[in-house]
Amino acid sequence: MTQRRRLGTTIMIHVVLVLGSIIFLMPLVWMILTSLKPITETMRLPPVWIPSKWEWQNYPAAIMYGSNKLGYIPFLVYGRNTLILCVLTVAGTVVSNALIAYGFSRVNWPGRNILFYTTLATMMIPFPVTMVPLYALFRTLGWIGTFRPLWVPAWFGGAFNIFLLRQFFLTIPFELSDAARVDGCSEWQIFRQIILPLAKPALAVVALFQFMSTWNDFLGPLIYLMDQKTFTLSLGLQFYQSQHGGTEWNLLMAASAIVVAPVIILFFFTQRQFIQGIALTGIKG
Amino acid sequence: MKGHSRRELLTGLAFISPWIIGFSVFMAYPIAMSGYYSFCDYNVLTRPVWIGARNYIDLVRHDPLFWTSLENTFYYAALALPFGMILALALALLLNAKVRGMTIYRTIFFVPSLVPAVALGILWLWIFNGDYGLLNEFLKFCHVPQPQWLSDPTWSKPALVLTGLWTVGNAMVIYLAGLQDVPQTLYEAAELDGAGWWGKTWHVTLPMLSPVILFNLIMGIIGTLQIFTLPYVMFPGGSPVHSTYFYTMYLYDNAFVYLKMGYACAMGWIMFFMILGLTMLAVRLSSRRVYYGGS
Repeated sequence: MTQRRRLGTTIMIHVVLVLGSIIFLMPLVWMILTSLKPITETMRLPPVWIPSKWEWQNYPAAIMYGSNKLGYIPFLVYGRNTLILCVLTVAGTVVSNALIAYGFSRVNWPGRNILFYTTLATMMIPFPVTMVPLYALFRTLGWIGTFRPLWVPAWFGGAFNIFLLRQFFLTIPFELSDAARVDGCSEWQIFRQIILPLAKPALAVVALFQFMSTWNDFLGPLIYLMDQKTFTLSLGLQFYQSQHGGTEWNLLMAASAIVVAPVIILFFFTQRQFIQGIALTGIKG
Repeated sequence: MKGHSRRELLTGLAFISPWIIGFSVFMAYPIAMSGYYSFCDYNVLTRPVWIGARNYIDLVRHDPLFWTSLENTFYYAALALPFGMILALALALLLNAKVRGMTIYRTIFFVPSLVPAVALGILWLWIFNGDYGLLNEFLKFCHVPQPQWLSDPTWSKPALVLTGLWTVGNAMVIYLAGLQDVPQTLYEAAELDGAGWWGKTWHVTLPMLSPVILFNLIMGIIGTLQIFTLPYVMFPGGSPVHSTYFYTMYLYDNAFVYLKMGYACAMGWIMFFMILGLTMLAVRLSSRRVYYGGS
């Protein structure tokens, strides 16, 4: 009796999950299918699901989009710009926050905690508060229109990443550091040779999140980048869409898929770190 | 100060030196200047001119668009927050069941939350499209009326809420992690007391999950009140008839389109105090209902 009821529940759960999965996958499937259709088949009622002819050249056409009205939309240049920014911000974030978090967790100095809690408090400040003065500052430096406002700050730490790495560093036994000190290791050697190798999983999470946030960022590039040749993928995609008026949906979907694909591929290769990272942000909060 | 702690102080400061610069230049200085600019007439091209509380008075007394954007933002948050919280929690409870293939299901429900905001907006513009949109074709098939999601001011905000619901994956994963931490013994004890699925969910899972629910609520408040990219992409200029003109969009326009930078700073501070107030309210109201393990 109970066994039969349990089987019933299991089937019910599967039915709900399968239906839910179809709904959640549908938009992505629709994006891919649209991106491979001839333009005429995007505008047909009832909708055409499977294209009569797979238009693979929609992808190169979207990447190298050129028209009399719009001029050339250099998606390859956008991609390169985005990658440059990703590399610079990921490197900066990992290096600076590892150092800072070490100073906040493994070295005992007077005033450490006050400064750490001040750091945490700054997480409450929403970006719109500091947006204008930062713009004014970068303008004085002559950095508007360059990549610098988008990557230089990453090399000077960020409250959230400091917090995340500090939590991790605190879980590493302090006896390890003490033993190394007795052996005459300097603080720098302890950091480089003992703590950093042990902190690799946490550093991977920080790097991953920074990559995602740079790749997805829209407001930053919108504020600081002026010339079309310096645009990132997110900004370029929005520009393309707004100029385009949304008629050639097959090309627009191809361009969107190109922006989405790397993130999803990256996720599949780093799933474990990813999920752990998100879980970490929630539990410790 | 003894030689020993002096050395530690210098070592500590050396390690955090990037942050001393980062904190002063990219945090403390902008915060202070933003406070100052909010009391100035400032257009970034010329020096700021002190005008007292004028920006704040103008915003509250003489700017209907400020109130429109504020109302839109709260209307959106009032829809998006409860629906998002409930869907994320329901999915997490479902995905915590012990049935085969769970990893695949979890991945499927999580992947949409990876889609970059601009691509997300463009994709859903196509799904909501009035002529060839997939959603309205589906509604027609079900013999349900098909609203004009993108051009009817009544339906533009629900369209954004729907788009947002598709990306509940993040909150869902945080709930799932919280669910792993609920001690199995509590469920066994509840079973001995004769509790069914509902009883266990209501009396064990939800109380044990309450800190995570509060965390997701606060993150949700902060996120929904600052919504920018999605409406910026999907509804240029807050169309139709300003129904999707949100607070951060108006703030951005003031700063970088009208060059009313002082005015924008005043808006930023009002937003800060709203978020602070709502967060404190959420913590206060939930203090009796949130259960923090032993601590």
